[in-house]
Order: sequence, then structure tokens, then C-alpha cells
Amino acid sequence: MSFINYASREINCKIVYYGPGLCGKTTNLQFVYQKTATEAKGKMISLATETERTLFFDFLPLALGEIRGFKTRFHLYTVPGQVFYDASRKLILKGVDGVVFVADSQEERMEANIESVENLRFNLQEQGYDLDKIPYVIQYNKRDLPNIVSVEELRRELNPTGVPDFEACAATGEGVFETLKAIAKQILLELKKGK
Amino acid sequence: MSNPQLVMYDEEFKQINAVIEKLLREANAKVIFLVDKNGQLISGVGETERFDTTSLASLTAGNIAATGGLAKLIGEKEFSILFHEGEKDNLHISIVGGRVILVVLFDTRSSLGLVRLRVKKASDELTAIFARLLQKAEEKEKSGESDFPFAEITDDDIDNLFS
Repeated sequence: MSFINYASREINCKIVYYGPGLCGKTTNLQFVYQKTATEAKGKMISLATETERTLFFDFLPLALGEIRGFKTRFHLYTVPGQVFYDASRKLILKGVDGVVFVADSQEERMEANIESVENLRFNLQEQGYDLDKIPYVIQYNKRDLPNIVSVEELRRELNPTGVPDFEACAATGEGVFETLKAIAKQILLELKKGK
Repeated sequence: MSNPQLVMYDEEFKQINAVIEKLLREANAKVIFLVDKNGQLISGVGETERFDTTSLASLTAGNIAATGGLAKLIGEKEFSILFHEGEKDNLHISIVGGRVILVVLFDTRSSLGLVRLRVKKASDELTAIFARLLQKAEEKEKSGESDFPFAEITDDDIDNLFS
């Protein structure tokens, strides 16, 4: 859950990028890191294996500016995508304010996408969250590749409830900030509603 | 929800800082941080400017979460104290009141025994303050009294963040 500090006039929110292995979660964060002004970002931390697969999480703190005199910070996390890291994935969902699901648009990854969404729903439930009730957006990544599934089909399989979704190519940055902005907006509106 | 939202008010913030500043002196520590279990930095005293406090908070919470997972696997509730020994500097990490993490960084000018002793005392005081804080937040929510800054937030406010 978000942390509101009246003493230092700050509000901190946690966003988690979820999705199957190699779908581009870390790439999303790397692009955000590259394109954010130095004063607005902290150090990006990647706990990865020697082959640059995420082992525990990536972490990127962003200070976007002020709303009504409160410094607004977003902490971006990714989970390890590979199936066998499930125990670690659960830990990172603790205290989450909003989730971005990054789907791999390639045909052969469709099953992995579906499995990962189910895994997300299940792991959230374990922490006491309902995927249908928390801020949630979906990104269809790798739209630049040749063997991709149509957006309609991705929607049908992965987005039955019609949450905001975006086409993206995280490697070039297309759609990355649109996705981030959408989830940040939902989180802030949720905070507004909660009070 | 499993974890209620953490809210910090001026009064408790000052009390918390007083406790950890005292601990800093009494334990002869270099830096002390308080971190929420979700990885948000609550406060820090000592030579904080020498460290990347945001990253430190996030990794500490990750560390506590991972060892907590290990604890559950072997049938423990959690490991409430972690100690990392380095060549010069050491980290003493402990869980306070079940939801906050107290991180004490110290070198050879102090010792593990002294830190443990002082942390124990400070933990009790911090636990009491956080219990009051939680109660206060709940009461405010119940009474509907809120000086919440986001109640009147507009779409434009949010768009401006990304401009």
C-alpha cells in the first residue's frame, strides 16, 4: 500500500510489472530510466543472473513532481518472469498499489501469457488483493516482431474485463510511458477514492 | 487488505526520529534507517547523505521478504533479526512491531552486542509509537476527518506529472 508522510509531505506508491519470462518487463524499466531526467530518478537496481535474467527484482524509484504540495514518488518493480521463481514473485507483490501486466505478443508465447495472468491473480489473492479491484493495466509488447497475435485475440484471452491496454515495443520505447502514465493515473485516482 | 496503508503524521515522525537519534548515539552507530516492509523509507538519521537511501530501503525490504519466505519454509514465523558482517561496516536489521524494519549500520567503533542491546530497548519504544500511529490513522478514518491532499485531485494534476 502507498505510504503517505504528512511530516515530509511525500506520497510513495509501488507499481509492479508482471509477465512471463522474457516479455520485456526489465526493458520497460530500462527505457523509463533512460528517458527520465537525472533529478527525477534514483539508481536503477537489477538483481539479475549472469545472463541478465531477473533473479529477484529490478527497482527504479521515480520522483515525478508535486501534486497539491505533496512530492509524488513511484517505485517501479519487476518480478522474475521464469515460472520457477514463483516464491520470489509473491514477495514482490507485497504492498503493491498497481500492476502492469506485460504480455509477449508472439504467437508461441500466448500460453505463457495466459499462465502468467493466472499466476498473477492467484499470487495477488494470497496477499489479500483482488486483481479486478486494484489498479491494473495491460501492455501488449513486441508489436514490431513478425509472428505476432492480433490485438483483438490478445484482448480476448488476456483482458476479458477491459482494463486499459496498450500496444508497445519496449525496446524502442513505444508505448512505455503511455502504460506507466495509465497505471499511475489509476493509482492516484484510487487514492482519491479511498479517502 | 493484508496491510493497511501507512500514514505518518508530524507528531509521531518527531517522536520516531528522537528514538532513532538516541539509538544512533547510544549504539555508536553510523547510520540508522527505518523502512516500511513494502520498501518505503520512513526515516533515516546519521550520515545518511553518504548512502543511496531509497535503494537501501528497497533492498532491505527485499532482504527481509526473502528471509521471511525462508523462515516460512522451515516452519518459522519470521527471522526477526538479520546480521550482515562486512570488512569494515556491518548491518544489523530487525523487525519492529511486526511491520517496520530497523536498519543499523555500524563499524568497529561499536559492537554487535552493544547494538543488539540498544536496539532491543529502542524497538519497544518504536513499537509503541507505531501502534499509536496506526490507531490514530484508524480513528481519523472512522470519524471521516481527513486532511488528505488528494481528495480534490484532478486529471490535469495527474497529466502535469508527466508533462
